[in-house]
Amino acid sequence: MTKNVKDEILHDHNHDGIDRRGFLKCMAWAGTGALCVMQGGVLKSYSLSRLSDLGGSAAAAGELSFVQISDSHMGFNKPANPDVAGTLKAAVDKINALSAAPEFLLHTGDISHLSKPEEFDTVDQILKATGKEVFFVPGEHDVLNDDGAQFRERYGKGAKGAGWYSFEKKGVHFIGLVNVMNLKAGGLGTLGHEQLEWLEDDVKHLKSSTPIVVFAHIPLWTVYPDWGWGTEDSAQALAYLKKFGSVTVLNGHIHQTMQKVEGNVTFHTAASTAFPQPQPGKADSPGPMKVPAEQLRSVLGITDVNYIRGQHALAVVDSSLA
Amino acid sequence: MRRRVWILVLAAPVIAAAVLLVSGGTDFTASAGQTQASSVEVKIDNFSFGPATLTVAAGTTVTWTNRDDIPHTVVSEDKVFKSKVLDTDEKFSYTFTKPGTYGYFCSIHPKMTGRVVVQ
Repeated sequence: MTKNVKDEILHDHNHDGIDRRGFLKCMAWAGTGALCVMQGGVLKSYSLSRLSDLGGSAAAAGELSFVQISDSHMGFNKPANPDVAGTLKAAVDKINALSAAPEFLLHTGDISHLSKPEEFDTVDQILKATGKEVFFVPGEHDVLNDDGAQFRERYGKGAKGAGWYSFEKKGVHFIGLVNVMNLKAGGLGTLGHEQLEWLEDDVKHLKSSTPIVVFAHIPLWTVYPDWGWGTEDSAQALAYLKKFGSVTVLNGHIHQTMQKVEGNVTFHTAASTAFPQPQPGKADSPGPMKVPAEQLRSVLGITDVNYIRGQHALAVVDSSLA
Repeated sequence: MRRRVWILVLAAPVIAAAVLLVSGGTDFTASAGQTQASSVEVKIDNFSFGPATLTVAAGTTVTWTNRDDIPHTVVSEDKVFKSKVLDTDEKFSYTFTKPGTYGYFCSIHPKMTGRVVVQ
């Protein structure tokens, strides 16, 4: 072993030049994010270190800026993160420090860990410090034991069915979907017939030039079906959105950032603010992944989204909490 | 009236024993086997039920224990039984009285499925 790698590799039991700590450092670097700009359905990506190449225009001067947070799992207290309130507060600090203040927040579910009232209360209290309106969709952890009655009472007033809804902000049409209810044995996430009918009707009268943002908890693209990371009937939902030139789909659930482009649709998953989960198939199960305490915040994060009118561009930037 | 009821209650085990004696040795052995297997455990580890398929005698109580860091549920596909959400180390028990095959799953993570075969 040469002297200059000795600093990085403390215990190289496999004699392959890569130890666990070195690997996690790489992961931390990968987790700090990328900036993706979609223009006319073509996605261009930049590493965050090359943000200056964009002249600061895309990320800093969007007409509509909002932040997605996900999977705060309030109430979780296992070794993967004994202080999920602390990391959610760190996410709030990150949001409050953004150079372009977001207009509102989206929370893509698993607000709570066990659907307990005090868990929801704590999240509400912590998010208050942003001073922003928050739009929620439920994760499977938010609808335990009561088929989502408490969730709808708290966050779904005026929503349809199990809690789906849409709204407009500066010409962008936002659609919050629910795919964590009535799950069938052996299956994936489900939207269901009633919600799909509503969606078809909701977008029918919109111009095809209207930018669409869809947000839901479980990914609306098949990330890894063996772990249930997908939605049974998402293809039908996406069929109703085919005519639109710009569709951005924001999900959570898998506790890691991931991106995929299919035609005019950009799919993106956000990091959790609570704990990381393994990459698809890289562990025995999708359970919480324990990383050294000093690494934790580098694998948690928030997602900042900017829309620039006229360019049909949505810039999606993931930032870790480190 | 009260005395007559008592007689019936006392008589019941005697009649049951008599039926067992009359019906012969093989039935008696089967009955003893059922008594031994009256309680069986299923562990939930790494988002799976173990064993995934369990065969038990009628009358057996099955207890599921969640050993994951993530909550799970135990829900019968035919709505025969349904647990509340089980956090780490929490348990759910159900006694199977009728023979048949009972498919079940975790309603939070529906890829997790299991089966209890009751003989």
